[in-house]
Amino acid sequence: MAKELKYADMASREMVKRASEEGVQIVWDRYEAMQPQCGFGTLGICCRNCSMGPCRIDPFGEGPQVGICGADADTIVARNFIRMIAGGAAAHSDHGRDIAHTLLLAARDPNSDYQVKDPEKLKAIAELYKINIDGRDVREIAEDVALATLAEFGQQEGELKMALNAPPARVKLWRELGIMPRAIDREIVEVMHRTHIGVDAEYKNIIRHGLRTAISDGWGGSMIATELSDVLFGTPSPILATANLGVLNKDYVNLVVHGHEPTLSDIIAAVSNDKKLIQKAKNNGAKGINISGICCTANEILMRHGIPVAGSVMQQELAVLTGAVELMLVDVQCIYPGLNYVTNCNHTKLITTSPKAKIPGATHIEFHEDRAVEIATEIIEIAIDNFKNRNSDKVYIPNHIERLVGGFTAESVFNFLGGKYRATYRPLNDAVIAGRLRGAAGVVGCSNPNVEYEEGHIKMVKELIKNDVAVVTTGCNAISCGKHGLLKPESAFKFAGKGLQEICRAVGIPPVLHLGSCVDNSRILRVLTNIVSEGGLGEDISDLPVAGAAPEWMSEKAVSIGMYFVASGVYTMLCRPLPITGSENVYNYLTNEIEKEVGGKWAFELDPIAAAHKMISHIDKKRAELKLKPMMYEQALKPAV
Amino acid sequence: MAKIIEVQIERCMGCHSCEFACAVAHSTSKDMNVIIQDGEKPGNRISVESFGLKAVPINCRHCEEAACILACPTGAVHRDRAGEPVIVDTERCIGCRMCVQACPFGVMTMNPDGKSALKCDLCIERLAVGQEPACVEACPTGALKFIDEEDANRSKRIKVAEQMIAAQQGASEETTREFTVKI
Repeated sequence: MAKELKYADMASREMVKRASEEGVQIVWDRYEAMQPQCGFGTLGICCRNCSMGPCRIDPFGEGPQVGICGADADTIVARNFIRMIAGGAAAHSDHGRDIAHTLLLAARDPNSDYQVKDPEKLKAIAELYKINIDGRDVREIAEDVALATLAEFGQQEGELKMALNAPPARVKLWRELGIMPRAIDREIVEVMHRTHIGVDAEYKNIIRHGLRTAISDGWGGSMIATELSDVLFGTPSPILATANLGVLNKDYVNLVVHGHEPTLSDIIAAVSNDKKLIQKAKNNGAKGINISGICCTANEILMRHGIPVAGSVMQQELAVLTGAVELMLVDVQCIYPGLNYVTNCNHTKLITTSPKAKIPGATHIEFHEDRAVEIATEIIEIAIDNFKNRNSDKVYIPNHIERLVGGFTAESVFNFLGGKYRATYRPLNDAVIAGRLRGAAGVVGCSNPNVEYEEGHIKMVKELIKNDVAVVTTGCNAISCGKHGLLKPESAFKFAGKGLQEICRAVGIPPVLHLGSCVDNSRILRVLTNIVSEGGLGEDISDLPVAGAAPEWMSEKAVSIGMYFVASGVYTMLCRPLPITGSENVYNYLTNEIEKEVGGKWAFELDPIAAAHKMISHIDKKRAELKLKPMMYEQALKPAV
Repeated sequence: MAKIIEVQIERCMGCHSCEFACAVAHSTSKDMNVIIQDGEKPGNRISVESFGLKAVPINCRHCEEAACILACPTGAVHRDRAGEPVIVDTERCIGCRMCVQACPFGVMTMNPDGKSALKCDLCIERLAVGQEPACVEACPTGALKFIDEEDANRSKRIKVAEQMIAAQQGASEETTREFTVKI
């Protein structure tokens, strides 16, 4: 059962060894037990969409080449693919819906626990939705904005307004291709309709709707989530924080939030400062209350409040196994049901809060936004009461922690590059044009036991910054980078190329910028748009010397994100491929032909350094097409080890 | 025993259909829905193992000099006649597990009810009514084939012969070309 993590941070390595010693099964063990995994699923050629099946295509050409309805591998693979996009888009967009709904509550109830924290951003969004802001109360505007965004989930006419934030050339292209998103829920419903037995069988047609659905996520549900979260909780600005399991403190009541929605974690973070609760903790023998997080909800409260991150998705069980966590509070997405087993090993309480996400064995305390502080207080009190049940002899907190800078947004780039009075992207564009900066890459996404934990994230990011590619990161990749010290400004001098180093030194930023949670990948879309608007680097996102990657992707959300970047004109790299390799046509379409239509495409490369080199080659190709100056500090790409 | 189960590992998709079909075929009801509801655990006698990203089905070889037969103290593990599959007489089996230790392929296991040793019986009941072994029938890619050993060898030899002739013809064509050019 002992699994050695060869590239992961030291805390994870220690805890995995400890889990093995304690005989506790965690995600890596469950992965080994599942081997070998079914090749039909991996190749995407298994179809369970009707009960004439289940059907599978023989990849060796001898057995059936079509399902019982007559669908061939191209159809089956394409249908399965867009269902994954729908799953991911649904998660992001439903999260966006919850944030919009919370804004509505804040607008209508003067006594709400939520209020508008960034009225300027609210007004900018109001203008996009053609809502009048002159002389109106902030809460009135907020109500109209909330209603307008909520309406976009079910509207039967028109287009999604957030998609109009894209460069005009891109919007024009989407309209010409017929993939401008119409309504958020509608695109997902249409995926389910098209993939029902006996509907869409033409793989390019299927995938085209997949593009539209992904756009309705990135330039729809996710963007609404990010923008309205900024309105409700504050637009982040650069902030110091810490990461890794060492943030747990044996002298404090440790409460770990896990999941995705800041409507819960932000309130918990605020309520934990309540003097009465802190006193109660002291009365129970602790020095206070220590809030930390796992996954994207951790990123949300890190970005806005500098709350420490205990770990990324694959450390969720490891945090519990420290024996120092009084309560793990979860909402939605990326929460392993397996947490029930590890929390049964010690005093840690597992509390679910969303009616959409219950776990057998956990305690369910439903979170209602209209009683937010009240419920948060109740939960924190449970954590405090649980402190005395901790078995101090069995507490093991790996003493590893790393400092980081987070809190970057599309807006903050204006500010830190141009300063307060001349906020501008000009220095960034100039740096790319002059060849000091090769380009930019977004390296994002989950972690997965099907690859070595953190090998992909860290090797790829280091290889990119070494070659003067500025990296922006979100989600679990951001947490991994944080744990490995790449989010510290001084890491530029250790790992970045000379050009990128110069910029980092001049501006004071790290070579890798943490832009937030997974819905905050929409921030990257805004950054790309701003770079285009600033000028000199083409007319559309597909002209930019940029690339995206999710080296350790796991969830359907990652598939949706990747597809909306492809739809936006970005070269998107994965290490383990999508489950599409069972169809040669779909594979060729997604990795090659689709670029002629949308200017972006998927790419797959198992080795993270070779993958980084392919991204760099693509960036260089874009530089050549833009006729930019040669790189100031060119270096031969070392062949992948 | 003229027919054997031939394994083509490059065709294995790791779908475990062979394991599942084996268990169903050896159940009382032979109906997968009933088995789940009754909670019966027939056990599977073929296993799919992984090595890196690849999958390999490992089945009983029905060895001529079967280690399991030699190890069995009661004669429970036996073959009825020479050339027939090695099978377990569950009444005689005392569950001592010596056969499990002895088998070099790791395909001798214990019945999930714990009462006797479990091994592939080459689906003798199915063969008797003209059916193929359950794992072979279930395999969707033909990684498992029930074939006459001598026929299989013959096809391999014919393929080799074809390759040798093609190579020889290619060589003699070259010689002819050279001669033509010289003239």
